[in-house]
Amino acid sequence: MTIDPEKNIHFSPTHRLQWEEAQQKDVILYPEGMVELNQSSAEILKLCNGSRKVEQIVEELERKFETTGLGNDINAFLEVALQNGWITQE
Amino acid sequence: MAGSHKSNITPPRWLLAELTYACPLQCPYCSNPLNYAKYPSELSTDDWKRVLTQARKMGAVQLGLSGGEPLVRKDLSELVKHARQLGYYSNLITSGYGLTEERIVELKQAGLDHIQVSIQASSQELNDHIAGTVSYEHKREVAHLVKKHGYPMVLCVVIHRENIHQMQQILEMAEELGADYLELANTQYYGWAHANRDLLLPTREQFEQAEAIAQAYKERVAGKMKIYYVVPDYYEDRPKACMNGWGTTFLTIAPDGVALPCHSARELPGLDCPNVNDYSIEAIWNESKAFNFFRGFDWMKEPCRSCDEKEKDFGGCRCQAYLLTGDMYNTDPVCSKSPNRHVVQEAIDSAKSASLVPGEKPLIFRNSKNSRDFA
Repeated sequence: MTIDPEKNIHFSPTHRLQWEEAQQKDVILYPEGMVELNQSSAEILKLCNGSRKVEQIVEELERKFETTGLGNDINAFLEVALQNGWITQE
Repeated sequence: MAGSHKSNITPPRWLLAELTYACPLQCPYCSNPLNYAKYPSELSTDDWKRVLTQARKMGAVQLGLSGGEPLVRKDLSELVKHARQLGYYSNLITSGYGLTEERIVELKQAGLDHIQVSIQASSQELNDHIAGTVSYEHKREVAHLVKKHGYPMVLCVVIHRENIHQMQQILEMAEELGADYLELANTQYYGWAHANRDLLLPTREQFEQAEAIAQAYKERVAGKMKIYYVVPDYYEDRPKACMNGWGTTFLTIAPDGVALPCHSARELPGLDCPNVNDYSIEAIWNESKAFNFFRGFDWMKEPCRSCDEKEKDFGGCRCQAYLLTGDMYNTDPVCSKSPNRHVVQEAIDSAKSASLVPGEKPLIFRNSKNSRDFA
């Protein structure tokens, strides 16, 4: 399983991404489990709404944080997210 | 002990709401107390809503709706709706018994996130025998409906000597039913399971064989179905990190409103577990004797006290120490460093002997009649 650059990325319909006030963190919730996210991971996942491909996610985050060269890190994180079932490309 | 770790108290993350002890099934390994019939009262809808609100405010985010059979509660959808509004991720932990398509849709609309369905075996005959109720076909139908309506589904199968030989078929059944997660829960020997241990505990060889089958299958279905394996701790060298540490993460509320640091803690002596009818969740979590009892490490005896692994497993399970050694402060006897490790070996030997003379002793099924005998 690996990210297809030609396909849009969706956040998994069987997981939930949510801001937790008590923890001051974004978290992913799924059956009987929770993953705490750091800020950059959360920023990436929030853009996985089915309307963007990898390239567009990279562009948007580079624009937002006024930087370049985020491609490798974002790709690596998305691969992990895909392996964990947090995102899909179907 | 009480209050000595207040500055280090972490907020609850997991709320297990045992909505009722009523259940149409009679599984002989039920985790409810043997004498549950002694506690017939149940919190009202408003009580539960208050509990959910207070625990959420403290930081609880995973909500288990359990029992007994939570579907017995007529206000289940109302509670789910309240939980969703508060931002909980809600897990319905059910036998599936009595679940109709109409109710599955109603719960979805109320905001239920996930349904965990238990199946007792991969064949109708054995499932219905263990459940003590004809339920196999119905459960399969429920599993299909859960997936049809877009829920993530955990299929939970409790593993013991009567069904461990079905491991391969259980895995195939889970895949066929479209489970997203399969929980292979080796029986934990508390409550009813402890009373039936001679008839439920498999041999080490049986465990190893079943685990190898599950492991091979896990690799085959990677990316499609996740397999959780609850370890059989009698065959381990180290105890489980029970509850992730006492009073650190988990909060259980029993049907009558008693707040417990773990769902078995009601069986421990002298904890004076508080009731949500008398105290707020915040007071219970932070101030109560019960929740502070085994917080931190000061309560420990040797060999735990000086052990370099105590921060990893917290000395194991207090309920298991009490149940098997009679002293809840002892090291969990599962640990090979425990001077009481022999009691675990004796349990293993006793179960093995019992397996050589099948039928000598019947399973004690979990029902109100048998529970009253323990009350």
